Amino acid sequence: MDLAVAHETISRWQFGITTVYHFLFVPLTISLASIVAGLQTAWVRTGKEKYFHATKFWGRLFLINIAMGVVTGIVQEFQFGMNWSDYSRFVGDVFGAPLAMEALIAFFFESTFIGLWIFGWDRLPKKLHLACIWLVAIGTALSAYFILAANSWMQHPVGYRIDPATGKAQLTDIVRVLTQNTALVQVFHTLTAAFLTGGAFVVGIASYHLWRAKRGKQPDRRKTAAMRTSLRVGLAIAAVAGLGVAISGDTLGKVMFEQQPMKMAAAEALWDTQAPAPFSVFAVGDVSEGRNSVELEVPGILSFLAHSDFSSSVPGINDTAAAEAAQHGGQPDDYIPDIFVTYWGFRLMIGFGMTSFAAALIGLWTTRRRFWLAPEHRTAEDEPPKLMLTRKREMSVFFTRWSWRIGILTMGFPLLANSFGWIFTEMGRQPWVVFGLMRTSDAVSPNVTVGTQVVGLATLTALYAVLAVIEVGLLAKYAAAGPDTDEQPPAKDPTLRGPSDDEDADQPLAFAY
Amino acid sequence: MHLHDLWFILIAVLWTGYFFLEGFDFGIGVLTRLLARDTAERRVLINTIGPVWDGNEVWLLTAGGATFAAFPDWYATLFSGFFVPLLLILVCLIVRGVSFEYRHQRSGERWQRNWELAIFWTSLLPAFLWGVAFGNVVRGVDIDQDKNYVGTLWDLLNPYALLGGLTTLVLFTFHGAVFASLKTSGEIRVRARAQATALGLATAVLALVFLVWTQAHSGNGWSLAALVVAVLALLGALGANRLAREGWAFALSGLTVAAAVGMLFLSLFPDVMPSTLDPDWSLTVTNASSSPYTLKVMTVVAVVFTPLVLLYQGWTYWVFRRRIGVQHIPAAHH
Repeated sequence: MDLAVAHETISRWQFGITTVYHFLFVPLTISLASIVAGLQTAWVRTGKEKYFHATKFWGRLFLINIAMGVVTGIVQEFQFGMNWSDYSRFVGDVFGAPLAMEALIAFFFESTFIGLWIFGWDRLPKKLHLACIWLVAIGTALSAYFILAANSWMQHPVGYRIDPATGKAQLTDIVRVLTQNTALVQVFHTLTAAFLTGGAFVVGIASYHLWRAKRGKQPDRRKTAAMRTSLRVGLAIAAVAGLGVAISGDTLGKVMFEQQPMKMAAAEALWDTQAPAPFSVFAVGDVSEGRNSVELEVPGILSFLAHSDFSSSVPGINDTAAAEAAQHGGQPDDYIPDIFVTYWGFRLMIGFGMTSFAAALIGLWTTRRRFWLAPEHRTAEDEPPKLMLTRKREMSVFFTRWSWRIGILTMGFPLLANSFGWIFTEMGRQPWVVFGLMRTSDAVSPNVTVGTQVVGLATLTALYAVLAVIEVGLLAKYAAAGPDTDEQPPAKDPTLRGPSDDEDADQPLAFAY
Repeated sequence: MHLHDLWFILIAVLWTGYFFLEGFDFGIGVLTRLLARDTAERRVLINTIGPVWDGNEVWLLTAGGATFAAFPDWYATLFSGFFVPLLLILVCLIVRGVSFEYRHQRSGERWQRNWELAIFWTSLLPAFLWGVAFGNVVRGVDIDQDKNYVGTLWDLLNPYALLGGLTTLVLFTFHGAVFASLKTSGEIRVRARAQATALGLATAVLALVFLVWTQAHSGNGWSLAALVVAVLALLGALGANRLAREGWAFALSGLTVAAAVGMLFLSLFPDVMPSTLDPDWSLTVTNASSSPYTLKVMTVVAVVFTPLVLLYQGWTYWVFRRRIGVQHIPAAHH
């Protein structure tokens, strides 16, 4: 590999690895914050023990996860300057603003109130303590909004002009940057995907415990109660969010067909413009020939995805590349992203995401109770539910076993879908870093040598690998242990003034590092 | 006043806030080896910053983000130029954050000891490296006409910058010891005061040499005033600490940090990163800043949200105002 190429490639690998890794924690953090907040609200309102245990249990997994999200997020903010200094110089006037807003508005919120929530169990009145976790949840969503607005500007630059004196992008309309349709749809898509991720995560772990309770001789009924509620909550969230992902994904696709036709043609490996355009289920392409050698297609569907009808024309890779070459100079080949990655990234994103959605719908149906079940099949709140096909018909032993297994196995599917989605959308924008304005090859820090870049890539990758082992180990430990049902809710509601007599003053903290 | 001058001040304020707050966090981390005698005392120290360290660190992210937005060239030159030291700082901040959250998640002795060691080293290194980085910014580095740093890693390890690193390390540890004496109770509180005296005296020597060197190299009237404030505040902090007036001692050690950081920024202005190759190639508040429109937008955001942040972050300190002693540390569970 020659040095100029290596220079770009190494920084891209670093950005890819650190960003995909960071985004394993982000969607779980966003959704678990709200799920924990919801469960705690249920506890504060009803005083039921199962909600308290569920809050504590998911809260712990949430904290193990957010710790990683927070620390890997610091890298994200630093590496624009470290590895992509020419990018930073070119876009800073526009791109820096949402980033600074994210820190000032969202990060402070999250990090301050998370501290209050972790340590506040015996310091804050119940309701104020509850408000803290809601504020954390709002902070995580706000953070997603600002960073996605920044990313959307890279996908579809608006509200700027090129300064004739410096040749750099200059902000002219912050409202457009923050409210353009690309940003709004992307936020909707990412947030619903985050909730699908959290829902599936909760369902997976709850399935594990309920299935064990079903097989065990003397299950802990309080644990079962907490997990059964969690299962239903997880399924409902995953089902609603899954629907949202599908709707927002469809909308985002239409926006992309209009704003980045190349990305969508690449997503379909659609080499030639077609009307009506088919949806490709499976294809093996030959980039040098500019065509696919093996294909399986559904006619008309791609036209529908792009324009909501079954007949209109969708531009292919070859025509789009020729048009971009005519506009920006160079050869058509320069404008074709990696078709293998975009084509399969798109399919795997949809496949994993929608499988999770389907699993949630089926789970929601089979675990329903009361009204829709014959009385002899109804189960108590602290028993594992029977999986019911119809009012009177329970699933066979074989299918029951597999249903619980599927609940556990699909736990990580949305995480895979998220990763493939980001890989698709970022790789599909290549060769551009800012679509139509700046190429990725022009964005790298010119003064950072290949050797230094390798040090950065190797250090962060090695560190992240070690931390992954530690983090997954902790998650597995606490997920498998289940809720600590011996833990009792605080006996009295703490007051902000603190304890009044000296006896209280030497009480151990409710929580300490 | 031009908006870019205002933003220079705001960024100086953000860095000052960061070093004031994370300064004592780093100090506490270093003191887990220096001051604490056993696990219980280490836990006392860690828990004095437990609820707040994360919020304190966001000052860094905000300083970074604001630099990106208000002075893109400053951000680009600084971060790409100081790649290796910043990578080290990043690694430390990552490991440090995880250490706080994961240390207590398992009860194994080796597990906890390793994380405690990690807290010590990942507090000590950034406390040192930030001083090196800022020393180099003030001293000036090899910046070419394209605003790129063209020196090597070794150029950054010059005596002046290394002295700067040593100064911030000892100053932050002193600041941390004063904070510890303010936030703990029992025997450890008394020892914290004694160590603060020793650390304060060491700080006085180092800071005096470093700040006078700074004044001689790139100082002006304003920076001289800040130097005097820093020295007086440090002496005041030492005196208050001696008299066991811990609140005053902390306010004054904080003022020392603020005045020292302020002095560095005052001696920079109107440059933001001077070039040692050619003064014309220096990055200044004018040639490194964003457009007036962006600065205006950011000013509105800062004016609305900064007071809010100060309010709720300040409230957090009030909520966790009680001193912590070994008797408050719950037995390790699980």
